[in-house]
Formats: sequence, structure tokens, C-alpha cells
Amino acid sequence: MDPARRAGEPFSVQGFATLLHKEVLRFVKVGVQTVGAPVLTSMLYLVIFSHVLEDRVQVFEGVRYTSFLLPGLVMMSVLQNAFANSSSSLIQSKITGNIVFLLLAPLSHREMYAAYVLASMLRGIAVGAGVFLAAAWFARLSFAAPGWILVFALLGSAILGTMGLIAGIWAEKFDQIAAFQNFIIMPLTFLSGVFYSVKSLPEFWQTLSHLNPFFYMVDGFRYGFFGASDVPPATSFVVVAATLGVVSAIALRLLASGYRLRH
Amino acid sequence: MTAAIEARGVAKRYDGFEALRGISLSIGQGEFFGLLGPNGAGKTTLISIVAGLVRASSGEVCVMGHDVVRDFRAARRALGVVPQEIVFDPFFTVRETLRITSGYYGVRRNDDWIDEVLANLDLAAKAEANMRALSGGMKRRVLVAQALVHRPPVIVLDEPTAGVDVELRQTLWQFIRRLNADGHTIVLTTHYLEEAQELCDRIAMLKNGAVVALDRTSSLLRRFATCRLQLRLAGAPLPAALEPLRIVEPGVAEPDARQGAGGARVSLRVDDVAEVEAILAALREAGCRIEEMELARTDLEDVFVRVMKETR
Repeated sequence: MDPARRAGEPFSVQGFATLLHKEVLRFVKVGVQTVGAPVLTSMLYLVIFSHVLEDRVQVFEGVRYTSFLLPGLVMMSVLQNAFANSSSSLIQSKITGNIVFLLLAPLSHREMYAAYVLASMLRGIAVGAGVFLAAAWFARLSFAAPGWILVFALLGSAILGTMGLIAGIWAEKFDQIAAFQNFIIMPLTFLSGVFYSVKSLPEFWQTLSHLNPFFYMVDGFRYGFFGASDVPPATSFVVVAATLGVVSAIALRLLASGYRLRH
Repeated sequence: MTAAIEARGVAKRYDGFEALRGISLSIGQGEFFGLLGPNGAGKTTLISIVAGLVRASSGEVCVMGHDVVRDFRAARRALGVVPQEIVFDPFFTVRETLRITSGYYGVRRNDDWIDEVLANLDLAAKAEANMRALSGGMKRRVLVAQALVHRPPVIVLDEPTAGVDVELRQTLWQFIRRLNADGHTIVLTTHYLEEAQELCDRIAMLKNGAVVALDRTSSLLRRFATCRLQLRLAGAPLPAALEPLRIVEPGVAEPDARQGAGGARVSLRVDDVAEVEAILAALREAGCRIEEMELARTDLEDVFVRVMKETR
């Protein structure tokens, strides 16, 4: 039986709420760096790619390339910033040593997991909303199925927030976080169909893309806007929900065991 | 009465190295307890196991009757720990830091107590200052405040006065003494043995991961009750008959009474003041000239040195 259950209090709401508040305050206090800068980066992507490809590429019937690109860029911002939030917070705490305050506190692995992941979701969605609002006058968007937009934004940010948590627990220096980001997160994001439809790829690369869970997050999210996607949204939902289940189980296991946190 | 801290057979092994070798001790509620030992003796490892930062390889620890693993929430709520290293979160002010710590422990609307702790630690003027803007001494005071913010019955201070000025030391000890008088259990590790002697009711000495002495401070001093006769000798070497009484502190070169100008400093253990006359007579007979003499009572440092030497 795990320690939290034996302790007789499965979940400390106050402890969770405090850690969540602290994690949100942490990124809000440096909002220019944590929200403003990624919005600007995404806007640059949008301006450059739409300028170059607007008249050359049409992915869905009747949808301009800039409109096609925008949901992908929003989702990419959500994913990358959700990852950045939990991973940077944990590695900074580990390296500066202030993680000790969290480890001394009567918090179980569940509260830690929930607070870190929810804070990451909030940052990811804040950046995504920022990109969307800033780009709204560039591109005309429809909202064919708003429910799916919300579902994939929540699930995608939760997955990346959890992956950031895993990276933060595993890493012992900033270089290792950068490697995780550059060699795992970035390739999976860029090869997920943010900038193109996977149907435009050769068959081998299409098959490979279907093994990338990030593809389902972007494709399902885009379905919410256009009502059109490469795979049915229900399929994307199942894959994304299963991915969240797997990464959450890993993160909870690592936190409960104290791996690289409690020696 | 339930012990404030109870350790039973606590061992910790790291890749073949035994940091703790089956430590058992019990610290009563309301005690001011000292945990002493040289660097690497296992003090911080033991404290870290009590605090849940490190997991014991075997054995168990309870804080106020709560097992630190099975009943970790209650154990941690009963414990406030001042860590050895100065660490802080650079994003927050002092007040935010203390509110966050309160929240972790499930304490809401705690500003009255936070203000009281800040006032007692001379931090009231810095409440809204960012942690980065504080001096080292101030940051250490915030660490103490964080340990007290949830009013734990047991407070562990891991070398809280290392590298801090006299003023902070006095403020801190005054406050901690008051908390102890109010019924809080205090566990202190320090390298300042005069502090431990002055403050602690009971002391455990650790060496190589094991307890080598555990007793009331007064009993330890009595058990090793000796005086130290400090002499500066010239003219002749220390007579062979007095050699067994010579006190040689670890790391200090053996004195040589034959050395030239200025004479040599020699410390002799005197179990009874009445022995002093016999020692002086033996020195005179051997032709030693006594240029300086001082008789000092045993302090905790002497006890510590002897215990560490005898358990080599």
C-alpha cells in the first residue's frame, strides 16, 4: 500500500492548492519571458510561413494555408510551454536546493503531480490563447467543434506538463533538460503535422507519423476548428488519452518512489 | 509519554558505504537535545531520515509517534526542520515564502503567526523584500521562520549558526529557548560545542554512523570530570612519570618540553585538584621551570575530544 493511503488522507486539497498557486505565481511573475516571448516566436512562425506558403499550399478544401497553420501553431505553443513550465521549475528547484521545502512538506506524490501538471496546463493554455488572440486578425477561423478544441488543448497540455515533470525528476543539470527538449519534444512536435497535413507525406512517413502521439494532439485540435482532419477525432482522443495514462503512471511512480528526489 | 523522536535500528547504506549503522535513540517531548559528531559522522543523514528527505535502508523512525514513512503526513506536520544549507526560492518575497510554506502544511490565514515569527527573528522590516535581496544572515533567519511557520512541536536545527554573526546567534537562541520553554522539543546539531553545552539537556555523540555517547550533558561532563593543567615549561623535559597525564588533542603536534626560548606548552589531565601539588613537586624535582600555569575545568569540547579518541 502506498504511503499516502496509509497516512489516512488520500489527497491534501490545501497542500495541492498552495503548490499550484506557487507554480502559477512563478511563471506569472516572469510573464514577459514565460508567456510574452513564446507568443512572439509563434507570431514570427505564422508571419513567415503564411507569407511563403499562402498561395502555394491548400490542405483542406476552402481553407487558406494561414488558417490551416494557426491551430497547429497554437497547439505547438501549448505543448512546448506546458513542457517548459514543469521541467524548468523542477530542475531549478533541484539545482538551487529549494526543492527541500517541498520534500519536507506533508505532500504526497499525488498532490505534487496534480499541482505541477495543472500549472503547466495553465501556462501552456495561456500561451496558446495569446497566440490565438494575437493572430486572430491574420486568419479567419471557424469553430466547427469547440468541444474537441478544449479536450485536445487540455489533454495535450497535460501530457506535456507530465513529460516535463518526468524530465525534471530525471535530469540533474540544465543540459539534460535541454537534451530532452531538443531530441524528444522538438522533433515530435515538428513532425506532428503542425505545418502540413501528413497526407501530403510519402506513405512511409505517413505511417511513421501515425506512431507519433503529438500528431493526434494536433490533428484532433485542428478538427475542432475545421471539422476536417487526417484521422477521426475519436481515434485521436483514444490515442491521446492513452498517452496521458501512460506518462501519468510513469510520473506518479517516479514521484512515489522518490527517484532522484529522496535519496 | 510518546517520544518526540524515536529511532530504532536505523541504518543507511550508499553503494557499500555505511553512513548509519543501526542507530537507536529516543528524544523525549520538551527536551533540548544535541546531536554532535565530526563531519561525516552521520548527523545530517539521521536528521534527513527523520525529515523524510532520505530513506533508511533499515530500521524505523517515528516523530510524535507517527512513522515517518507510513504516516508521513502526521510525522512531517509535527516537525520543523532548519536545513544546513542556505536555500531559497528567488521568485518570492519573505512573506510569500512563509505563506507558501504554511499552505504546504495545511495552515490557512496564518498571517498573525507569520508576523509574530518575523518580529521575533528581527525580520519584520524585510517581510515584503524579495529573498534575493537579503543578506546571508537574513536568509538563514527566513529558514528558521519557515521551520516554525506551522507551529510544529518538534524543531530540528541542523547547524543553524554556521557562519552567522553574534547578534543573530543571540537572537536565535533567545527565541529557540523560549520555544523550548513553551514545550517545543528542540534537536540541535552544531560544531559550536559551547552552544551545545549551554543549551542542551541531553547529548548524543555520533562517530562513523554510530552513537558513541548518549547521556545528559551534566552526566557527560561529570563522567569525564577532569581539570586541565596548562603549563609552559622550560629547563627540562616533562618527566616520564607525568607522560600518561599529557593531553594530546587530535591534529595538534605533540609538545616538547625540551624546546628552547619561551618554553613548551603542555596540558596535563588532573582528575582531582589535590593532584596538582604532586605534579608540581615532580616537575620541580625533574628540574622543570614553570613559566606559566593555568587550571581549567572540563568542558564539552574536552569530553568530545576524549570520546572521539577513545572510540577510534
